Amino acid sequence: MISSTIGIWNYWIVFCLMMIGLFLVIGRKNLLKKIVGLAIFQTSVFLLYITFGKIKGGTPPILNESIDTIYSNPLPHVLILTAIVVGVATTALGLSLVLRINSEYGSIEEDDVSAQDLVDYHDDIETGKNFDLKFKK
Amino acid sequence: MISELLINAFLVTIMLSIAIALIKTRTVIFTVILTSAYSLVAALMFITLDAVDVAFTEASVGAGISTILFLAAMAYLPKKEEESISSEFIPALSCIILGVILIWCSFDLPEIGQLTAPIHQHIAPEYIKGSKEDIGIPNIVTSVLASYRGYDTFGETIVVFTAGVAVLALLEKKNTTKKNKSQPKQKIRKNA
Repeated sequence: MISSTIGIWNYWIVFCLMMIGLFLVIGRKNLLKKIVGLAIFQTSVFLLYITFGKIKGGTPPILNESIDTIYSNPLPHVLILTAIVVGVATTALGLSLVLRINSEYGSIEEDDVSAQDLVDYHDDIETGKNFDLKFKK
Repeated sequence: MISELLINAFLVTIMLSIAIALIKTRTVIFTVILTSAYSLVAALMFITLDAVDVAFTEASVGAGISTILFLAAMAYLPKKEEESISSEFIPALSCIILGVILIWCSFDLPEIGQLTAPIHQHIAPEYIKGSKEDIGIPNIVTSVLASYRGYDTFGETIVVFTAGVAVLALLEKKNTTKKNKSQPKQKIRKNA
């Protein structure tokens, strides 16, 4: 009983971690927090994959002399190695977008940014300036 | 064998508490440090799950370089996160519902470490058998990454290159819009 609970305990917590990451992305309005949420989500997906690759009594997949060694599955490890590096590239891109938004709007709160957009939009309608140009572009 | 699983369960619970702390904190520096700690505990978990290559990549790239990127970005951003005006009830509810569905599905997943699980039957045995004869590298992860799945790694390199170009383009534009045209020339001279 205990062993079977521990056998899927990892999955449960990993799913909780995923949902926390998703909540940070869709629930929080701070753009930096959203990127942290993405990182959390990514790392928990990595954990899920690596958990699938584990074999009881297995060793890390590095060949040794003895014949009857059980190696853990190397394929998820390869996929996740690639994904970690791509994840950092994504984080860097997201952070530079956030920096750019901060320099344009002076805020990284989603509410502030969309409020400023709305004000600009109404100003344009009232003055009639640049309005056609914007849509022709 | 059960001790190994207990260590796993313990580490993953630490990760859960770090993630909950991440939801609660509103200070940016705490957020960055907690993210770094999260990656480091994940690296420990990768070691206990036999993924040594992934563990040191996660420790260096996930806990190291990501943290440096976050700290560098943090210097230009507000230090505190504001309380949001809109309600967080609907996002939280949808996350909880999705989580419950996923946990419900997890009863159909094979238990951790079963040799009979479908993932271990398909192509991994071929790679393990062929690694020494075909390529002659004892580390199977390296031989799969660089040889059997070399095209994947090539694609990854393209993705990283594209991201690097995009980051440079975004940050470069920030400089030119703020300052006048003579500024970039001086900058080049300083760098030279």
